[in-house]
Amino acid sequence: MHEQTKELQDFASQVRRDIVRMVHAVQSGHPGGSLGCADYFTCLYKRILNHNPSDFKMDGIGEDLFFLSNGHISPVFYSVLARVGYFPVDELKTFRKLNSRLQGHPTTHEGLPGVRIASGSLGQGLSVAVGSALAKKLNNDKGLVYTLHGDGEIQEGQIWEAAMYAAGNKVDNIISTIDYNHKQIDGDIDDVLPLGDLRAKWEAFGWLVIEMNGHDMEDILSTMAEAKSLTGHGKPVMIIMKTEMGQGVDFMMGTHKWHGSPPNDDQLASALGQLKETLGDY
Amino acid sequence: MKEYPVLGNKDTRSGFGDGLTELGKKNDKVVALCADLIGSLKMGDFKNNHPDRFFQVGIAEANMMGIAAGLTIGGKIPFTGTFANFSTSRVYDQIRQSIAYSDKNVKICASHAGLTLGEDGATHQVLEDIGMMKMLPNMTVINPCDYNQTKAATLAIADHHGPVYLRFGRPSVPIFIPEDMPFEIGKAIKLVEGTDVSIFATGHLVWKALEAAKELSEKGISAEVINIHTIKPLDEIAVLESVSRTGCAVSAEEHQIAGGLGESIAQVLSRKKPAPMEFVAVDDKFGESGTPDELMEKYGLSTSNIIEAAQNVLKRK
Repeated sequence: MHEQTKELQDFASQVRRDIVRMVHAVQSGHPGGSLGCADYFTCLYKRILNHNPSDFKMDGIGEDLFFLSNGHISPVFYSVLARVGYFPVDELKTFRKLNSRLQGHPTTHEGLPGVRIASGSLGQGLSVAVGSALAKKLNNDKGLVYTLHGDGEIQEGQIWEAAMYAAGNKVDNIISTIDYNHKQIDGDIDDVLPLGDLRAKWEAFGWLVIEMNGHDMEDILSTMAEAKSLTGHGKPVMIIMKTEMGQGVDFMMGTHKWHGSPPNDDQLASALGQLKETLGDY
Repeated sequence: MKEYPVLGNKDTRSGFGDGLTELGKKNDKVVALCADLIGSLKMGDFKNNHPDRFFQVGIAEANMMGIAAGLTIGGKIPFTGTFANFSTSRVYDQIRQSIAYSDKNVKICASHAGLTLGEDGATHQVLEDIGMMKMLPNMTVINPCDYNQTKAATLAIADHHGPVYLRFGRPSVPIFIPEDMPFEIGKAIKLVEGTDVSIFATGHLVWKALEAAKELSEKGISAEVINIHTIKPLDEIAVLESVSRTGCAVSAEEHQIAGGLGESIAQVLSRKKPAPMEFVAVDDKFGESGTPDELMEKYGLSTSNIIEAAQNVLKRK
């Protein structure tokens, strides 16, 4: 294993510990999708983004921007933001509590560094990202715009409005990712509302589409690098990321049941037993 | 009584279009978005002058609101343009989450508000928009009354940091606000001084309120006419100062009685200066097809309705 991969895996393991501890502490929140996206967030914030955690500025001029459209996976977002230096790791203790900057779903309203838009009501993040990508073009800013969406989320019609706009107007400084875990609150995607041929749909909408394994650090890094090389060629880029909801905690995998349910004390102990403490718990 | 000569006739949407044209020349942060209604919104000049700063989004208003929110992140001041119905009820959640809650500096510019849209009928005649928008924390709500005031408001909101809802209309109406009258967000304008009754009017009803005050004066009733162009934040001081002298109030607006200007004024009065009040507004009904004048008459928004409301409220003093 590469030294770099080990470092990323250690980071992701700590992020997963943070996630289960955060939702356990307040007995609410969304562990399933958060665990599934821990490896993606780790690679994105540790290796991919050109960003400035110690001096967050809303306009992000000259930086790469990230928009979390499926805001319910805030635990993974908050953990990674804190652990790369946007705000003190200790603040993770305040998640979902009164007077916290770490609201149940992310918001700019409480001034949390690293967050540029509120999300939670699904389907809105791609439009916002397209707007910020257009502003980057107007500003002659070479920074890129990244987004993450849930697979269930793309059942929202606004996603497809934004998809059509981005391709039709050559918004080619945007790299979106869909967390394709095939699950949503009420069950399997195919039982709730099938997405059909996801790749063909995005290609038909005029996007460049690539796929990656969201739990293979090397594949994430190389696919994200490929995505970056595809920008600037007249088309927006979509990565279909295959993941497992609940990845890293055996009893949370293979089911949609942990989408929005917290572990009890015994389940927390079991989860933490599977996740190495690498950077120190908050 | 102070009179306001008619300086001409024009639609308020042209005041928006001309204001936007001026803004385009003097502020390069201003960008504009439209959802397939460039002609109706009078955004053609801006588009032609600044094609790089104009975004045609097609018939996709939800996406337009999100793109506008995103443009602010790069320091732009986006002005969105579509009909009032599609600027509010169709995209309420997008405005709520991506703009108002996210503190984004977006100017939501809405034409064809109210009944005076006319023949298109109730699907397009939004009469709930002021209520929806004023309920959002962090939102400023402005409904100017003629071409000159709409142009002045368009210029003013670019200098105001924060989300704004600017509401205007389709038909040609009298221009009576002097071109050089200052426009200050949140500051009511006392157009006519009076001692018997305070008439608080917004939008197209301001001219009718002036007409009503003139007729009332001929009947020996001294009506004060106050133009409330900014419904939120409401100029509470102006409301209380006027009603303290007159002892009663009439509100007049092209909107549902629920959620409108009248409701905001009643709330201030009931808390701080209880006084009899009457409401000239649409009484919990959808509109229909017809000419603007026919509709204003049928739904109780004409000059005679304001006169009648003033006479009724006087009896309750």
